[in-house]
Amino acid sequence: MYEILEKEIFSDVTKLIVVSAPDVARKAQAGQFIVIRVVDEGERIPLTIADFDRAQGTLTMVFQEVGKSTMHLGTLRPGDALASLTGPLGRPTEIEHYGTVICVGGGVGIAPVYPIARELRAAGNHVISIIGARTKDLLFWEDKMGTVSDELIVCTDDGSYKRKALVTEPLKELLEQRDNVARVWAIGPAIMMKFCSLTTKPFGVPTIVSLNSIMVDATGMCGACRVEVGGKTKFVCVDGPEFDGHQVDWDLLLARQRIYLPEEKLAKEKFLAEHQTCAR
Amino acid sequence: MSEPIKELTTKERMAIPRHEMPRQEAMERRKNFFEVALGYSAEQAREEAERCLQCKKPTCIEGCPVEVRIPEFILALRSGDMPGAVQALKSKNNLPAICGRVCPQETQCEINCVLAKKGKPVAIGRLERYVADWELGQGVIPPELPPPTGKKVAVVGAGPAGLTCAADLARMGHQVTIFEALHAPGGVLMYGIPEFRLPKKIVLAEVNYVKSLGVELRLNAVIGKLFTLDELLDELLNEQGYDAVFLGTGAGLPMFMNIPGENYNGVYSANEFLTRVNLMKGYLFPEWDTPVKVGKKVAVVGAGNVAMDAARCALRLGTIRALEEGSELPEVHIVYRRSRAEMPARAEEVENAQEEGVIFDLLTNPVEIYGKDGWVSGMRCIRMELGEPDASGRRQPVPIPGSEFDMDVDTVIMALGTRPNPMVFTASGGLERTKHGTVVADEITGRTTKARVWAGGDIVTGAATVISAMGAGKRAAADIDRFLRGE
Ligand SMILES: Cc1cc2nc3c(=O)[nH]c(=O)nc-3n(C[C@H](O)[C@H](O)[C@H](O)COP(=O)(O)OP(=O)(O)OC[C@H]3O[C@@H](n4cnc5c(N)ncnc54)[C@H](O)[C@@H]3O)c2cc1C
Ligand SMILES: Cc1cc2nc3c(=O)[nH]c(=O)nc-3n(C[C@H](O)[C@H](O)[C@H](O)COP(=O)(O)OP(=O)(O)OC[C@H]3O[C@@H](n4cnc5c(N)ncnc54)[C@H](O)[C@@H]3O)c2cc1C
Ligand code: SF4
Ligand code: SF4
Ligand code: FES
Repeated sequence: MYEILEKEIFSDVTKLIVVSAPDVARKAQAGQFIVIRVVDEGERIPLTIADFDRAQGTLTMVFQEVGKSTMHLGTLRPGDALASLTGPLGRPTEIEHYGTVICVGGGVGIAPVYPIARELRAAGNHVISIIGARTKDLLFWEDKMGTVSDELIVCTDDGSYKRKALVTEPLKELLEQRDNVARVWAIGPAIMMKFCSLTTKPFGVPTIVSLNSIMVDATGMCGACRVEVGGKTKFVCVDGPEFDGHQVDWDLLLARQRIYLPEEKLAKEKFLAEHQTCAR
Repeated sequence: MSEPIKELTTKERMAIPRHEMPRQEAMERRKNFFEVALGYSAEQAREEAERCLQCKKPTCIEGCPVEVRIPEFILALRSGDMPGAVQALKSKNNLPAICGRVCPQETQCEINCVLAKKGKPVAIGRLERYVADWELGQGVIPPELPPPTGKKVAVVGAGPAGLTCAADLARMGHQVTIFEALHAPGGVLMYGIPEFRLPKKIVLAEVNYVKSLGVELRLNAVIGKLFTLDELLDELLNEQGYDAVFLGTGAGLPMFMNIPGENYNGVYSANEFLTRVNLMKGYLFPEWDTPVKVGKKVAVVGAGNVAMDAARCALRLGTIRALEEGSELPEVHIVYRRSRAEMPARAEEVENAQEEGVIFDLLTNPVEIYGKDGWVSGMRCIRMELGEPDASGRRQPVPIPGSEFDMDVDTVIMALGTRPNPMVFTASGGLERTKHGTVVADEITGRTTKARVWAGGDIVTGAATVISAMGAGKRAAADIDRFLRGE
């Protein structure tokens, strides 16, 4: 069950896995996510479905190693299996014919943006994509994004590849140059989504973000994932993950993401210590 | 040593005092998550069983939602016929090791025991636990199953309602698949009720019994997402094509108070807190990966079983940490807007909590949570008094003007009750629901307004009890069986 069929290493910290999950693949839609446990003692962690193949019965996820669970996941190889996989969860992206749309993917957020861009294009939209990362090594899927975009802008924070810029810069320019942008999707770290939303706000362009709050069950049962959108409390796992970026209380999201920092540090150090002894 | 079996007179029986449950000492149990109640010894069980008068009209049975054959199992127990006791018990109750531990006996079977009129009732729940634990110790032998009927039933939710319904249907020869959203079966038994009250190995043993009847358990399957209800019923979409569906998805949606400050770090729903502690084994962090945070001063809002469990978990986590750090012991408060008499929790658990050192702030209601740098830093409360009884006969709490005061707390756990999770209804019409979100179902049969769909447990009643959920699962199984046989 939930066997890893393929693995690709994009960088030291960014990896792709293809997992067998036929029932989930049958139902998966752009914008949705799954929850996995790497091992029985593991945490339930959400990952966005970056791609799916209904015929093969597979799901593709791209993840960044930031702590114990994702690092542990990074050690698995094809043939290994996940302890559990639940999905598809969350509401799918609302795909319609909007006209011209911009899809912004930052860092590991490029992965979740891909199926959205693909579906938007299939629905007849003119898709402009902006993908960016801190540095060249962290960039991936430039080719894949190219195939689903009418225009593609690539940038890195440090200028190590293509344009040296934060994704908000080309976003702002595009909005200044074209007055026909109907909608923007921005997915990446919370701070990036916050600034993309701030960038689009003066232009009055609806901006959809995919929030990554801490989750436990991801079925609406615990409230760990709650955020405030338009002054109302929402559960990201069932009401989202996509919300109107102009209405999100970003500071609350950022604060809530940091609840367990000391514990996460401890878990990571413990994992690294154990892992190094094993390797030796 | 126990005496050789001899017939006692009624007077002699009534002279035997009720046997207290051996328990871990209060200060000791604050430091661990091991079971608090240790269970009767063989001798204690035998002696307690001798108290039963074997009434011709056993009123005790009327109090039990699944009508356990109480005098019969007690007689077998005291005659030394343990397999007979197991059989009598299990003919009505598929999960006795659980009920013996968590049933609110004092308001169900025991309150109806004749002995309760003059003194203390027979400790029916404790005896039930004793018999069930004996059986688990022996290795459970599954009953013989009738030939398969060829009918398929999908049960949604692996809580007590679903497990009971599935077990009964399997015992009637139907093929049953349980779909459970979480990665572990048991529902509230697994994610809500803590280890020290209901060890998870007991829950898993009871689940294994259900599986031994041939029931298939599909974990990580969220109905409404992975399959819709209509898809389960539809042979064209689903090669399985279930003949009937039982919904036992419980009432798992947490409620908040909607007061300012509820989203600060350090405010938990009881569901989140208990799930982290129990299902995810947060108390074993970092051996297990899921963290849970408890401060030095914790307020738990509410006074049901959920609140007691959250308070006692918080107390344990805080005490263990304080002992490790050599710091001050934590303070855990129950904040409740009514008085002691109205507290909905089991009496035994309120007592346990109090013994362990939980502080009760009654007739007190929070109005606002304060924060500092994103974290809870205090809670403003108002004192309440009980007003006139309302239509339901309960005296309503009313705030005393000007009585606001601030509590210095760093963790707040909201245990205000729960509602059914609407996820299961996604994209499936025809199912009538009340304004509280519960499903409308026939009280006796569990039939809903949608053809071939039954429901029972907390999804119908709202948050209730393990045994009432099991009773509903049982009645629905009987009706589903009638339907499948074309009666
Ligand atoms: C809907 C959704 C989709 C996501 N999709 C992806 C994805 O496609 N690729 C990817 O790399 N990451 C994704 N994430 C983030 C990913 O879940 C976290 O990086 C992961 O849980 C971190 O776990 P860890 O043990 O490795 O790190 P930790 O050290 O535990 O945590 C690092 C940081 O990750 C966040 N985090 C921790 N635990 C959780 C949790 N249980 N749920 C959510 N966030 C948590 C916290 O902000 C924390 O500070 C997604 C998150 C959400 C909510
Ligand atoms: C902390 C706590 C303590 C309690 N203490 C006691 C006590 O001491 N004594 C007592 O008698 N009662 C107690 N109760 C109440 C009792 O546990 C419940 O009344 C009982 O568990 C209800 O059973 P159920 O089968 O209806 O639902 P649940 O136990 O809630 O089980 C429902 C199951 O369905 C699953 N599910 C939900 N949605 C879906 C979906 N869409 N698809 C698939 N699966 C789904 C859930 O994950 C869950 O496993 C307590 C409750 C709590 C929360
Ligand atoms: S199941 Fe519960 S109510 Fe029924 S006899 Fe046992 S303890 Fe009493
Ligand atoms: S009512 Fe009490 S004494 Fe009578 S049979 Fe039941 S348990 Fe025994
Ligand atoms: S993660 Fe539990 S409600 Fe969203």
